[in-house]
Amino acid sequence: MKRLIAPLVTLGGLLLFWQAVIVLAAPPAFILPSPRAVAEALIEQRGLLLKHGGITALEILLGLGLGTLLGVGAAVLLSVSAGIRRFVLPLVIASQAVPVFAIAPLLVLWLGFGMASKIAMACLIIFFPVTIALADGLGRLDPGLLDMARLMTGGRARRGRRWRLLIHLLGPAALPALGSGLRIAAAVAPIGAVVGEWVGAAGGLGWLMLHANARAKIDLMFAALIVLAALALLLYRLVDLAMRRLTPWAAGSAAPFEEPRP
Amino acid sequence: MIDSVAPAAAGASPPPLKAPGVTVRGAGLRYDRRCHFEALDFDLRPGETTCLLGPSGVGKSSLLRLIAGLGQPGLSGLVTASDRQPLAGRLALMAQQDHLLPWASVLDNVMLGDRLRGVAPEPARAQDLLQRMGLAAAAGLRPRALSGGMRQRVALARTLYEGSPVILMDEPFSALDAVTRHRLQGEAAAWLAGRTVLLVTHDPLEALRLGHRLLVLAGQPAQLRELAVPPAAVPRPAGDPLLAAAQDRLLAALAAEAAP
Repeated sequence: MKRLIAPLVTLGGLLLFWQAVIVLAAPPAFILPSPRAVAEALIEQRGLLLKHGGITALEILLGLGLGTLLGVGAAVLLSVSAGIRRFVLPLVIASQAVPVFAIAPLLVLWLGFGMASKIAMACLIIFFPVTIALADGLGRLDPGLLDMARLMTGGRARRGRRWRLLIHLLGPAALPALGSGLRIAAAVAPIGAVVGEWVGAAGGLGWLMLHANARAKIDLMFAALIVLAALALLLYRLVDLAMRRLTPWAAGSAAPFEEPRP
Repeated sequence: MIDSVAPAAAGASPPPLKAPGVTVRGAGLRYDRRCHFEALDFDLRPGETTCLLGPSGVGKSSLLRLIAGLGQPGLSGLVTASDRQPLAGRLALMAQQDHLLPWASVLDNVMLGDRLRGVAPEPARAQDLLQRMGLAAAAGLRPRALSGGMRQRVALARTLYEGSPVILMDEPFSALDAVTRHRLQGEAAAWLAGRTVLLVTHDPLEALRLGHRLLVLAGQPAQLRELAVPPAAVPRPAGDPLLAAAQDRLLAALAAEAAP
């Protein structure tokens, strides 16, 4: 219960600020609708929001899953040898440096208006944080541990030594770093999906926002925005929780600068 | 955690197959344009424990790395086994840091070697080793829940689990309290019997209790000097008056070497 109060207070403060702006500046409804109008839109259009929210959620989830797989693969590839790293790393960096907006139309052209292009977009945007975080984690393994593993396997290991090294040593050691990458990925994955929907789609929250905007239904647009934010928060919490469960040994302090109270 | 678990019969671990001697020729360490030591020759006799003493930073751990075949910038030298077979795969190292895996239980940490080699681990043997270390109740815990001394004993159990005929140890008992250290030193002699061991230590008494031979590495550049050990068989009782006299001589030698 206590953990729910703080976010609710934050939300309440935000709503109060919003209402204050409405009361003090009195902007026209097509610039900034009141919280009440948006709440009404949320309730009245819940069917529509649920349908398009579901589409976006599915795109994000599939993109996150696929992007994570690709990112893990790329990170392992980067860590196999310095030679491979020299060839692959520029590709990984370029994939992130190219603005998603610039290639979104291309992806829609290639993969169509359906879900595939949005999944590809989400995938592309989360691929980088996952790859870099995991590659970094793999590279930071205590050299003493590697020396120990080398002595343990020297001269008498069966085939697949590198694979077992990854499973028993490198992988678990890099799991907290992968967790950091996944948290970033969970937070940015909606960008990819929504940008994709913006460029060309048959459904989804991005598409809904675009259409609501075109028809000056700003309250519906805000409602879709709120659903998207809630979706992103939920996704982040889920990933955060999963990684905490997976890496209990790596649990640090949430507020390291906080002084202990006497 | 109580350390009063009765140790199992000493020497319960299978004796290693014919431990080879180790020959080191022309060992040198140059780092930052400084010559720590060069052209050192020494042997580890088969089946004996050689203790290596010397001031901090003189290069004892580097010597250990050289024998283990772990490269390090500026470290050079030729290491061979007396039976002319490669040393790789017959050698276990217990480093100064315990290198326990934080995500694995104590038992899994002990059996890590088998997992990495892709052979079936032997939990019964690992449990037995842990019990002899007084850690039977800690087998399921993660290293984080252990004290420094317990962690060091887990690392010791992991090293012995490897069953290697050649063992290199870097201050294996340094984090233990006096009572546990005394007890484990006594038992270590039985575990290490028949193996070729190089034991780096800062504790003259430990070296005199466990060492068949005693080497001191000191000076600039450092030289190796062999000191006489008391004639009794290892582990020598700490109360032996000969040990006290030898410790006096050893401390005097170390102090003389340390003087600028």
